[in-house]
Amino acid sequence: MTYLYGFLFCGGCALAGQLIYDHTRLTPGHITSLFVVIGSLLECLNIYDFLISVCGIGATMPILSFGHSLTHASLSAAQNDGWIGILTGVFDKTASGISFAIFMAFWVAIFFKARD
Amino acid sequence: MNQRELHEISSRHRVNEHKSKKALMAFVSAGMLAVIGQLFNDWLLNYFSKENAGILTILFFIFMAALLTGMGIYDRLARYAGAGLFIPITGFSNSLSSSALECKREGLIYGIGSNMFKLAGSVITYGIVSAIVFSFITYWVRML
Repeated sequence: MTYLYGFLFCGGCALAGQLIYDHTRLTPGHITSLFVVIGSLLECLNIYDFLISVCGIGATMPILSFGHSLTHASLSAAQNDGWIGILTGVFDKTASGISFAIFMAFWVAIFFKARD
Repeated sequence: MNQRELHEISSRHRVNEHKSKKALMAFVSAGMLAVIGQLFNDWLLNYFSKENAGILTILFFIFMAALLTGMGIYDRLARYAGAGLFIPITGFSNSLSSSALECKREGLIYGIGSNMFKLAGSVITYGIVSAIVFSFITYWVRML
């Protein structure tokens, strides 16, 4: 069932994004930023962890999950270290993704030619 | 009904059909990415812990998206899939790689180095700002 729910959730997020893109003047930059904030909000309402348990990878794939991971990491660090954990722990879960994306982007830019 | 009206109506119809087709393409392609990710994750579970398998699955997609961007295939796919490729994490990787590639001719420092986050920067900025604001609120509410 995880496969079906994952398909529906990830597809549903993209569908919502596509509908916003087609029917408003927002650009992909606006939409992804909006989704990150929504993901962060869903984490605060304790909804996102439930979504991940139901949808598996389907819930960690959309950009919503980026906001979730940032907020989740800072809240769990705050539980151990007090309020300073909000600032020290914010990148705990997303560090791997961001650093690997930067690493890959650098080497792709070095080795490939730009196309028009 | 004159010819012009007819033409207008038909063109309006065509656009609508086009839009619903794009929405369907976005839904299916993002859903397929999730299924591929889940399959890959389940295979990785044989070798890694649950947490690491999840991270490696995301890294796999970041890797593939960056590579396909470099080869110029990602843009062609994105033309069909639309939001199906920029809402999943692949879009984040694509925006980093494509802006780095685009500004390559401006040099290593002012080109690749400073322009890499031209598109993806907003996601990180609003992610961090909202995470800190919402975390402080949640932390404060839980303290009460």
